[in-house]
Amino acid sequence: MTAPTAAGAAPGAAPAATTTTAAAVQVAGVGRVFPGEGGRSVTALEHVDLTVGAGEFVSLIGPSGCGKSTLLRLVADLDSPTSGSIAVFGRPAREARLGHDYGIAFQQAGLLPWRTVRANIELPLSLHGVGRAARRERADEMLALVGLADFADHFPDQLSGGMQQRVAIARALAERPSLLLMDEPFGALDEMTRERLQSELVRICAETRAAVVFVTHSIPEAVFLSDRVVVMSARPGRIAGIVDVRLGRSGERGDDLREDAAYFEAVTAVREALHGGAEGVPSRGVETR
Amino acid sequence: MTTGVAGPGVAEAGDAAVVAPSAAALTPTARRTRALPAPVRALRPVALGLAALVLLAALWELVKAVVPEDGWSVGELRVLPRTTDLAMPHVSEMLARLGEPLTSRPGADPLWLAVLRAGGTSLRIAAVSWVIGVVVGLGLALLMTRFRVARSAVLPLVVLSQTVPLIALAPLVKGWGSKLELGFTWEPWMSVAVIASYLAFFPVAVGALRGLTSPDTLHRELFAGYAASWSQELVRLRLPASVPHLLPALRLAATSAVLGVVVAEVSTGMPGGIGRMILEFANFASSDPAKPWAPIFGAVLLGLVASGAVALLGTALRRFRRAEVPA
Repeated sequence: MTAPTAAGAAPGAAPAATTTTAAAVQVAGVGRVFPGEGGRSVTALEHVDLTVGAGEFVSLIGPSGCGKSTLLRLVADLDSPTSGSIAVFGRPAREARLGHDYGIAFQQAGLLPWRTVRANIELPLSLHGVGRAARRERADEMLALVGLADFADHFPDQLSGGMQQRVAIARALAERPSLLLMDEPFGALDEMTRERLQSELVRICAETRAAVVFVTHSIPEAVFLSDRVVVMSARPGRIAGIVDVRLGRSGERGDDLREDAAYFEAVTAVREALHGGAEGVPSRGVETR
Repeated sequence: MTTGVAGPGVAEAGDAAVVAPSAAALTPTARRTRALPAPVRALRPVALGLAALVLLAALWELVKAVVPEDGWSVGELRVLPRTTDLAMPHVSEMLARLGEPLTSRPGADPLWLAVLRAGGTSLRIAAVSWVIGVVVGLGLALLMTRFRVARSAVLPLVVLSQTVPLIALAPLVKGWGSKLELGFTWEPWMSVAVIASYLAFFPVAVGALRGLTSPDTLHRELFAGYAASWSQELVRLRLPASVPHLLPALRLAATSAVLGVVVAEVSTGMPGGIGRMILEFANFASSDPAKPWAPIFGAVLLGLVASGAVALLGTALRRFRRAEVPA
């Protein structure tokens, strides 16, 4: 990125993540008000400031209605803020969307049922004019990455929910984005599949070095995956606290981490932040308002 | 069961034993059905259709045999029709008549050939009107999908259009056609095709609109995230997603086109088609009662052929119908 370097990263940004480039996401003073019936508008987000460093994994967690999905949609430019500004790699969210700067995955896999697994992964590439041979090669890489090489020619309705979600992740990563936006991607899966995919996501992130903004309502999931967990509160939606997790670089995070003492400590910290008890939260970048 | 003696206490166990072997006997049967070769399985619906036809013929003969010649009346009101040979000829007679010559003139074609020939003429016109209907219907649906304003403006008109009776349109279209200066002469069949397409475009417009607007928010946002253009979204998302909605609409349009052609032939007085033949042969109701039924069978056959052709189209588009199965 040619944008002014480290200057873009706020003090709260991760020192561990390399911040020699512009921050992946820079949210400054963002609010989103939905006009309601009879002048009764709903404030979904208020005064939200957040910086996600390049290569950093940040989870947004909070009760339903806290605006975490709204915030993600704003970053993705699927919606516009009523106040404040959002920059993705130093440029406005809209430009970032038009420049295909991010990959996105939702709670539903959202695969096109008439396309094979391979063709689904190739979809963003073909939309952006990548040639047939290059598409095929990239799809093969992605299929190997998510462990679905044997299912390339299957149709989505022949796959389990977990497999469909893996295809969706492969599709989101197909264009080598430096930023991955995920809105409860494992929310509809059973616990076992969920944990397996979480481990896989950790590995994939280590390999691709993409920054991730990950919306979830599961505390263990947020803690296991993230460098930082952003805890949000509802009505109006705002950031209640940020918990530093950093349970080791993604590469060395295995399933045994789930039984680690540091893991439980972080889970407790996030839980306390969620319930409004700001004390005991490792205090980096915490807003207590 | 094999043990000869069974006290009353064992009876229940015995019954259970009876169920078990019969269930086991069923399984191989089921397997045999599944093992049928593909062509035979494909013919199953055809066989069922033929069986239904035979049943209908049997019902016809049953009514003829049971209901008195003068029909069946409740007071002054006749609730079942006369069953004389004039009103309801025997099925065998109607079939036999098809094999006989058209008229008593020497060298006349057999009736079935005349019906098929008229049917061919009508089918060709119906195909043209189906194509016109599909093009116009799809065009309108695209317009309504692209512009919300167009949807609120055009959709009521589209619905309203179907309340105008086809017969009222026929002389208008015929008149306009003859006044047009297109560089070629406006043939009567063109009027018929245009009138019939008026009936055919409607299901396509409504079905395609439903189909094109069927993609959910998730998929539309996915494409928005890819910064896909409207035409990309149309080709990669909306058109494929519309197929399950479009196919029944196309089939309905095909049968509507056939119906429209028959009616339009009658109301514009175009000779050579099955519509005119129905009208002409109606005059023979008393002298040659089996004859008027021949073009009616022909019209039914036309409808079947038309909707069958669209069904073939459906098998070609099979992959896009996966959406019908929830993932």
